Amino acid sequence: MKSLRRYIDKVKPHFEKGGKFEILESTFEAFETFLFVSDKVTSKGTHVRDANDMKRTMAIVVLAVVPTVLFGMWNVGYHHFMATGQEGTLLECFWLGFLRVFPIIVVSYVVGLGIEFAFAQHRGHAVNEGFLVSGILIPLIIPVDTPLWMVAVATAFAVIIGKEVFGGTGMNIMNPALTARAFLFFAYPSFMSGNAVWTHGMIAGEGIIDSYSGATPLAEAAAGHMANLPSVAEMFIGTIPGSIGETSTLAILIGAAILLITGVGSARIIISTFVGGLAMGLLLNIFAVNVFMELPAYQHLLLGGFAFGAVFMATDPVSASQTPKGKIIYGFLIGFLAVLIRVINPAYPEGVMLAILLMNVFAPLIDHYVIEGNIKKRLKRAKVKA
Amino acid sequence: MSAEKEPLFSSKNIKLLTGPLNDSNPITVQVLGICSALAVTVKVKPAFVMALSVLVVMAVSNVVISLLRKTVPPRIRIIVQLVVIAAMVILVDQVLKAFLYDISKQLSVFVGLIITNCIIMGRLEAFALSNKPWQSFLDGVGNAAGYGVILIIVAFFRELLGSGTVWGFKVIPESVYDFGYENNGLMILPPMALIVVGVIIWVQRAKNKKLVESN
Repeated sequence: MKSLRRYIDKVKPHFEKGGKFEILESTFEAFETFLFVSDKVTSKGTHVRDANDMKRTMAIVVLAVVPTVLFGMWNVGYHHFMATGQEGTLLECFWLGFLRVFPIIVVSYVVGLGIEFAFAQHRGHAVNEGFLVSGILIPLIIPVDTPLWMVAVATAFAVIIGKEVFGGTGMNIMNPALTARAFLFFAYPSFMSGNAVWTHGMIAGEGIIDSYSGATPLAEAAAGHMANLPSVAEMFIGTIPGSIGETSTLAILIGAAILLITGVGSARIIISTFVGGLAMGLLLNIFAVNVFMELPAYQHLLLGGFAFGAVFMATDPVSASQTPKGKIIYGFLIGFLAVLIRVINPAYPEGVMLAILLMNVFAPLIDHYVIEGNIKKRLKRAKVKA
Repeated sequence: MSAEKEPLFSSKNIKLLTGPLNDSNPITVQVLGICSALAVTVKVKPAFVMALSVLVVMAVSNVVISLLRKTVPPRIRIIVQLVVIAAMVILVDQVLKAFLYDISKQLSVFVGLIITNCIIMGRLEAFALSNKPWQSFLDGVGNAAGYGVILIIVAFFRELLGSGTVWGFKVIPESVYDFGYENNGLMILPPMALIVVGVIIWVQRAKNKKLVESN
């Protein structure tokens, strides 16, 4: 550690004003503060002081995602072997999944960070660390056989149109990772929906076992094939087809625990999202006219990307509501709308993505009314006293 | 009336023609006529025909209103403008139906909706009502061209990336598709037109610093 610090201090002058590599100043600064806590302190204005800075916060989110990444890699291999009728050991499953998923993660990071660094250099900003999280979330919410160039295009779109045009990290209206997924969903629907895309090798026609359909439980439920639904335990543990990182509710809950214990994720948002989904599920149960609407409400929380969205997407501190009361309304409506879109609109089986993006747009409005309401309440109190 | 005659293409008049192409572009700077820019730009051909139709409607109605500008009572000027535009739109629509039936079907209701295009009303109100016919004509052509250029640029990118063609001809070779390339379905949807227009505005302002608002 010490020698690293010494090395950084030695090369630092080259990157400062007047140095040889002056032009790469923000790139250097990004790496330095990534390795060590920044020595710069604020000098103006009022600040909340915390030992944790943004890079450390982001690192915790990445840590929380690790269980889903590992499980997702294993699951990719598991389903590939199941579809092709082979036997795979735990390690073989994992290794195959690793070979498929790792390139996607690399592409996502290289493209996203490349654009971030380019913008930061061009604008003379410090490089923001927001993409550290988006870069790992994007691979987790897409099907495993998404071509790498599509990942690159979607990542570029998400970073440029979803984030940089609004002013970079902290200014974006919508969650960048979901923007990337929405882009893929509408731009290349044949690679993002259907039954074949979720299992590695099925598009290429490698799925030779007839009894293996590759359909996600959500698709089965939407089609009314309730008999094909996996058991609740399977859905909870996550041995079901789906996007890379979203199948295992268990792994996601481990991540949620990490986020909540460290205080990085908002418990209000996570819990109210689950409550919203339950509420809509129960409401649909009451007015059920088909089997999908009769699906027990709690199962909605296990299906599709609901848990992943609630824990890792809805809690994005930039695009979510900021006020405590607003967070509850925001989370509740995400869960509520996600299940509504999923059940009522057959064209969009993945309601979670659309619900979160929609509520991202409404989050500032919710905050506005929460604050206005508070101001009115306090004004009233002031008048009574006077 | 001034005694000396202004030359037809004085620098002031040229400015009427070229200004809307960049500094006061109706779409990217004044942000008018967005709806039709979203609707007809899936393919280049309809976009071109639409741009041409708007050019004709705008040039002629600008001249007509300019000729009438001293006789129209201010109170009913809007209705007079509407009558002139509507007459021109119907003429253009009939011509398209007679000679370019396929494209007219693609453009469908949007030819009729030229009448509600804010750019036309805006130019009649702001320019033709207080200027001579020749200047009004140039202003009309300039603004319609500014509108048309953006329309065609947007349509070019949407058709190229969304369908792999330009003007109906295949430009992305089959071998690229074999390699795994796919057309971008989002480009065909209207939201992408808005994003493309946004990117054009971004690029234009990055080049033309005087358009950048200070705040």
